[in-house]
Amino acid sequence: MQVTLDVRRFNPEEANPKPYRQTYTVEAEDYFTVLDALIRVREYQDATLALRCSCRASICGSCAMRINGHARLACKTKLISVMDAQGSVRVEPAGNMPVVKDLIVDMKPFWDKVSAVDPWLQPEGPAPEREYLASNEAMLHLTGVMGCIMCGVCVSDCTVLEVDPNFLGPAALAKAYRFVGDPRDGAGKARLKKLNDYAGIWDCTRCYECVQVCPKGVAPMDRIMALRDKAITAGFTGTTGARHAEVFAGSVRHTGWLNEFWLLPKTIGMFNPLKLPALLGALPVALRAVRHNKLPHMFHKPIPGIQHVRRIFDKVEAPK
Amino acid sequence: MKYAFFPGCVSRGGCPELYPAVIKVCQRLDIELDELLGASCTGAGVLQEKDQLLGDTLNARTFAMAEQKGLPILTICSTCQGVMSQANKRLKDDPAYLAKVNETLKEEGLQYKGTAVIKHLLWVLVEDVGVDALKAKFTRKLTDLKVAPFYGCYIVRPSWALEFEAHPGRANSLETLIEAVGAQVVDFEGKTRCCGFPILTINEKNSLAMVAKHTSEVQQLGADAMVTPCPLCHLNLDSYQPKASAQSGIRIHMPILHLPQLLGLALGFGPKEMGLERHIVSMRDVEEKVGGAVAARG
Repeated sequence: MQVTLDVRRFNPEEANPKPYRQTYTVEAEDYFTVLDALIRVREYQDATLALRCSCRASICGSCAMRINGHARLACKTKLISVMDAQGSVRVEPAGNMPVVKDLIVDMKPFWDKVSAVDPWLQPEGPAPEREYLASNEAMLHLTGVMGCIMCGVCVSDCTVLEVDPNFLGPAALAKAYRFVGDPRDGAGKARLKKLNDYAGIWDCTRCYECVQVCPKGVAPMDRIMALRDKAITAGFTGTTGARHAEVFAGSVRHTGWLNEFWLLPKTIGMFNPLKLPALLGALPVALRAVRHNKLPHMFHKPIPGIQHVRRIFDKVEAPK
Repeated sequence: MKYAFFPGCVSRGGCPELYPAVIKVCQRLDIELDELLGASCTGAGVLQEKDQLLGDTLNARTFAMAEQKGLPILTICSTCQGVMSQANKRLKDDPAYLAKVNETLKEEGLQYKGTAVIKHLLWVLVEDVGVDALKAKFTRKLTDLKVAPFYGCYIVRPSWALEFEAHPGRANSLETLIEAVGAQVVDFEGKTRCCGFPILTINEKNSLAMVAKHTSEVQQLGADAMVTPCPLCHLNLDSYQPKASAQSGIRIHMPILHLPQLLGLALGFGPKEMGLERHIVSMRDVEEKVGGAVAARG
């Protein structure tokens, strides 16, 4: 079959370097992956096409790139699964990282963030005579996150990193969970304190991009949610994020549904003078809502059967 | 065609124009709605941050109520849809987990058997009503309108919880409807990205940057409006657009339509009947392009 690869290229060594598109027509077998087709281009048509790959078996994580707008491993993506009706596939470098050349990105920002979460075991107490032991049961929840091959696919498509390069991002936070959740680690509370800061666990938008694109089922966002739960349980309840979850739950427990009128002021903090600028900042939005007759009601009627909702809260949230 | 109607919180709170628009459009399309009055909030992913079992139990309670009615659930919010679909998948995939949840529901005389079908109005329109039947009911062609789709994260990801494999048309269902009303689709990559709403109270700067990014991009592509099946996206993209515009330094004017409002205009409803005057970003340009709608105003 004939396939057209529409590749975004970039050569920093040119006079005025600018990204440009180039199309290659390749004769491909139906079992070809996108990587097979790209290698065929490089070996038979255009030796200047730069790409990074190694194992060709979705183990090494080298060939992360955007295919039809979403990050994937090129070696794990069958051509026939991504070709459009005209037999065309769009290939671009991974996002949220600077492009070195063509399909190769500089992964330094990725590694810097992984380093920032101290990705090594920090046991406490005297060292055991032999190895540190952990039960199978206690380690089971970490098997998913240990499957991470550091390919950068999740980082490429993270919607927060698109607007804020300071965010620690899905890969580093999933790595942080791997150690916070390890029964042999003794630095959990210190780790959570750091992760609770700006650019950490609460800055994730819960958009599921990283869960959708991860080629190894690591589900970074689910780990970030688990870290939020652990942070709240460890007593870090002062962040806006933790208060938001608390106020939200309080509203659902009280009436069965969300009272949006109080959500924002209660989350920001109504009686804290330091929060006054933030409250005042919300005022123009509230006034515009009043003018358009769409300010949520201050008081809600509870739903029929609210006592059962409250009973569910009490039962499920009771100390386990 | 009858559904157990789950309106969610925002259609009666921050976006009060949505609920009546849905009722009118469904009536016109002979979609009968039996509202689940005793159903609670889905948790919107926030309760799930604190405790997934809590969120799943509350949703199982809603599913059990729909089972008692013998009806599929109709949602009108991408977030409600996604959170319910995910909860349903967890409950159906793990009988022991379902049994544990049912143990808590028992005291209310409820039991979830695992048969709930949960469908957003967007999917109901494309899959159950069908484009041809819709077109037969439209009285106004929105030919002059260029509309950009904006899905909302939870109605597209994770695709396995939303049964995209069994229903491949869901991936471009919004474009299907934009074309059905006769409007032109303004396609852009941001259509399945995040509107920023979930971090609005946590990191407003990032949240507003996302609003500015998407609205200014479609503005540059020549769109007259954006349409979304998610009221949370609507809140951020519409109510916070002036603030996002100020923060980014870009002059942005992008009217945001709720999905049923777009349908409503094609079905011949006037702008006021669809609650367009309750939007923060003026809908006047859209009303003018829709033509006959201007005369019907008021």
